[in-house]
This record gives sequence, C-alpha cells and structure tokens, in this order.
Amino acid sequence: MSETFKAKIWKLDDDIDTDIVLPTEYLALKTVEDMKPYAFSPLRPELAAQIKPGDMIVAGKNFGCGSSREQAPEVVKALGVSCIVAQSFARIFFRNAINNGLLLIENPDLHDAVKEGDEALVTPGEKIVVNGKEFPIASLPENLMEILNAGGLVKAMRKRNGLD
Amino acid sequence: MKHTLVEKIFGNKVGHEVKPGDIITVPVDWCMVDDIMAKFCIGKFEEMGFTKVYDPEKIVLIYDHFLPSTQADDTVAFHAGDAFAEKYGIKNVHRTDGICHQLMTEAGYVKPGDIAFGTDSHTVTYGCVGAFSTGIGYTEMAGILGTGEIWIKVPETIKVQIEGKLNEGVTSKDVILRIIGDLTASGATYQALEFCGSTVSDMSVASRMTMTNMAVEAGAKCGICIPDEKTAEYCNIPYDEKIKNLCPDEGASYSKVLTYKAEDFVPVMACPSLVDNIHPVSELKGTKVDEVFLGSCTNGRLEDLQAAAAVLKGRKKAPHVQFIVTPASRKVYKEALNDGTLEILSKAGAIITTPGCGLCCGRAGGVLTDDEVVVATNNRNFLGRMGTSKVKIYLASPVMAAKAALFGEITE
Repeated sequence: MSETFKAKIWKLDDDIDTDIVLPTEYLALKTVEDMKPYAFSPLRPELAAQIKPGDMIVAGKNFGCGSSREQAPEVVKALGVSCIVAQSFARIFFRNAINNGLLLIENPDLHDAVKEGDEALVTPGEKIVVNGKEFPIASLPENLMEILNAGGLVKAMRKRNGLD
Repeated sequence: MKHTLVEKIFGNKVGHEVKPGDIITVPVDWCMVDDIMAKFCIGKFEEMGFTKVYDPEKIVLIYDHFLPSTQADDTVAFHAGDAFAEKYGIKNVHRTDGICHQLMTEAGYVKPGDIAFGTDSHTVTYGCVGAFSTGIGYTEMAGILGTGEIWIKVPETIKVQIEGKLNEGVTSKDVILRIIGDLTASGATYQALEFCGSTVSDMSVASRMTMTNMAVEAGAKCGICIPDEKTAEYCNIPYDEKIKNLCPDEGASYSKVLTYKAEDFVPVMACPSLVDNIHPVSELKGTKVDEVFLGSCTNGRLEDLQAAAAVLKGRKKAPHVQFIVTPASRKVYKEALNDGTLEILSKAGAIITTPGCGLCCGRAGGVLTDDEVVVATNNRNFLGRMGTSKVKIYLASPVMAAKAALFGEITE
C-alpha cells in the first residue's frame, strides 16, 4: 500500500453523483467491462475513453453522492483509475470503493492546487506531490485497512469461510 | 452518558453503551435486496463461499426498478432472484407489490428499534418508524446475507427540531427540501438526522417517510423520527414501554442543532441539477412544464395522491403536459382506487402506472429530451436521471406537482 506511484490527473468538481459516474440505464449490462464506455457520460461523454490505466481523479467535495450502486466504484476501478482524491466522499461510495479495493484519499487542498493533466506522485497513507508541492494524507482506520489488505471484502470473506 | 436515538438503538443491539466514532459490529434485523442489485449481490455471495444465508426470514427480495421490464435483459434479475430465494428458502419475495422502501414498513417488516440495511440508498426511509436503516453496496450486502452482521461507525447526530403548524399548501416535502438546502448535499455526511418537535409529531407516518427518505440527499447515514402512538398503529404493534424508551435522552450531545418554526416554511422546489439548489416556488412561477411525475418512495403514498386530487378535482391538466402518476405500492393503488382518488386523477388526464421505481430513475417511462422540464415528486434531480443530461428536473411536493400539471407551468 505504501509504494509510490505516478499518476496523471483528471479533474472533476463538487457533488459528482453516482448517476454521473454511471447512469441507471447501464447498470444491468452484463459485465463491468460493458459499462466502461458510459462512465461519466452525462457530464463528460469523452472522458471514459481518455482515461488511461494508472491515471487518477481529483475532485471537490461529496464525490459519489447519490445512489448505492456499486457499479460506480467498480467501473472507475475497471477504467484503471489508481485512486480518487477528493475533498470529501459520500459514505456509501466510500465503503463500496474500499470493498472493491479502489483507493480513496481525502484531502482538502489538492483540488484547488492542481489542473487537469498535471502529474502527481502518490505515496498512500503519506503524501501526494504535485508541481513541487507536498500534500500530506491520512491513513485509513484499522478495520478498513484489513479489508484493503485482504484485497477487498470478497477475499476477506473467502478467508473467513476457509477458502483461501 | 446521555444518548441520541441512533446511539440508543445501537447500544440496545450490541448490549453496551456506544458513542459517536465507535466502530462496532451490529446484528442486522432486516436485509432488503432490490432487483437492480440482486444478481450482483448473489454473485458476490457465492464468490465469498457461503453455503447458507444467516436467516432466510430476515431477508426481503423486492422487484421494483425493472417493472414493467423495459430492456431485453431486465428479467434476468428476476430469474436470478427467484433461483436464489428457492435455493436458500427465502419466502419474502415481492414481485409486483410496489417500491421496496414503501414495502419494508408497509408490509410489516421493519419495526421501531430495528437495524436494517438495503442495497439502495433510500433505505434510510425506514427511520420513519424509529429504526436505524441505511444503504450499502451489493458486496457488503452479500457479507451480511452470510454472516448476519456488518461493521458501522456510530454516527454523530444532527438534531432538526421543528415546532408549530405548517401553513396551508406546505408539506413535509417542502420542509425536507429546505433542510437539505440549508445543510447542503454533503452537510450531513456520515451523520444521523434526528427529526423532532411538534411539527414532526403532528405529521402522519407517511409524511415522516418523505423526510427520512431524503436524509441521504444531505449525505446522511440515516434519518430518524421518534416513534410514537401513530408509529405503533402504523406498524400494528402495541404502544408499550419498549417503544416509549426509543427516544433521545434529555441532554444528549449533538454535532449540530437546527431549529425551525413551522410557519416559516413555504412551498419550494429543488432546481436543476442539484438537490440542494432550493428556491421558493414564488421565484420559479411561469416556468413552462412538459411533464409532471407524481409518485416514488418519496411521495407516492395515499395522502400524496389525495393532495394532488384535491387540486385537480373536476379539472383537466394542461393539454401539453405529460402527467404520470405512480402509486408507491399495490396497497396504495388499491386504496386510491377505492376512495375515488385515481378516478379524479384519471379524469384530470393522468397516465396511471403500476407501482415501481422506473420513472424516478429514468428506467421505465417518462424519459425526456434536451431542454424539457419535469416537475417531479421524487428525490433526485441529477443530470440525466430522467432522460438526456439537458432535461431540467424540479423536485416538488405533490401539491406543487398537481398545480404544475393543471396550469402547464410552475404555479404557486
């Protein structure tokens, strides 16, 4: 978890709801792969095709508000997004992301300090460095780290059930 | 230590005192799985390696978003749900009875003091009877189905106290929209909203449901009302000491207290495209309306349909308006049919649909094109939710929705 990685920034603003992340009409598609082209389509229809594996999203407050659809963090992870840094996250999205092993980082200042296309160096649990400026980040509570370290909730439960 | 209502419910369930910030593992009284999430949830359950569910009696499967089915593969969800129910002995399956959040209390599942989780964010609704309830994803639900428990952080509570009598034409929808406007769409994130005061006591359980339903639109983990005699009657249980004890302690600690006078509330709408973009209807009047939607888990109950019928009795909707009415459940449908409400609405020109969620999430009917305007009684006006991303959705009370249908424009 603590390995530093480099990521290109895609920038979004406040209150990115889960209907924007993935509209209801695509929720019943057979696989998350099928859903990928429609991610963020109400707001930026071209974005899903532009995001490359390893890129990161930097957003304002209340990212992931709205519905409980887990397809939202799943589709973001499927696009290869390495992490989302937002000023705050909506609670269901937060839990869903952790359960799927998608790294979320809360930081109050990063959003206003960067522009789209900037490159960041992210060290989970420690800091983000962009344009020579350092932004400290907190680590997650222990019970969440356990789920992340297990590789998500499914793997944690498989272990509990004596399967892995 | 003095406790808020949510802290008390958790304390009762885990058998020791809890405080905000504690991470606890709670037993789950009710699990609600809806059709959209069913096949994904079942897939995760099997991937996790469970061979039985923790208690088939406590699991409720509800098909509501895909009814009537509109896309070729929608019915896959029903087949997946039915097979799962058959395999694990789940008897509580509602196939065309109505919207999940209506049924979970109406059909007698969730009672005061219970802990309920559901695969839909508006699971917060069941706080209307003094229960803790909230939405989760399908992976977490799969975990509960197997273990009967889940971790949760005990939330801080925001107290919302409203005293006095609401003005004529002002409903609990106007109240909750105003509160969301004041709190903002993230103002209650991770926290509980506790609604109290004489105005809330005077409300029917149906009106309280409108308030708790929308708690999540301010980011809240749950919305909750203090159970009383009305609650007991609605839940068909005795009004006994157990219920009376389900109230916050005098002197409990709150992260914030919002105090309102009932007479200060006016009819409002949430304007495109944010739920906290609240404006008085007086500022919006004259806005031409293409569609009016009356229904949803927010405002699809008998009193909502009756309020609209009172406006439309003996009158016709504006010719250019598509006016769609969706009762929240089969029971509501039947009651509104029997008391003449549906006849009034039908004669006024309404399209009356089967109970379900489709309209609210743009999934089954009523979808619109660029620049069209819909006045809707549901809970979200997000970009692209009821058609293209340029559709303008105004969230309103049933009274304001009926007026918009009647005059073809937003009218005070």
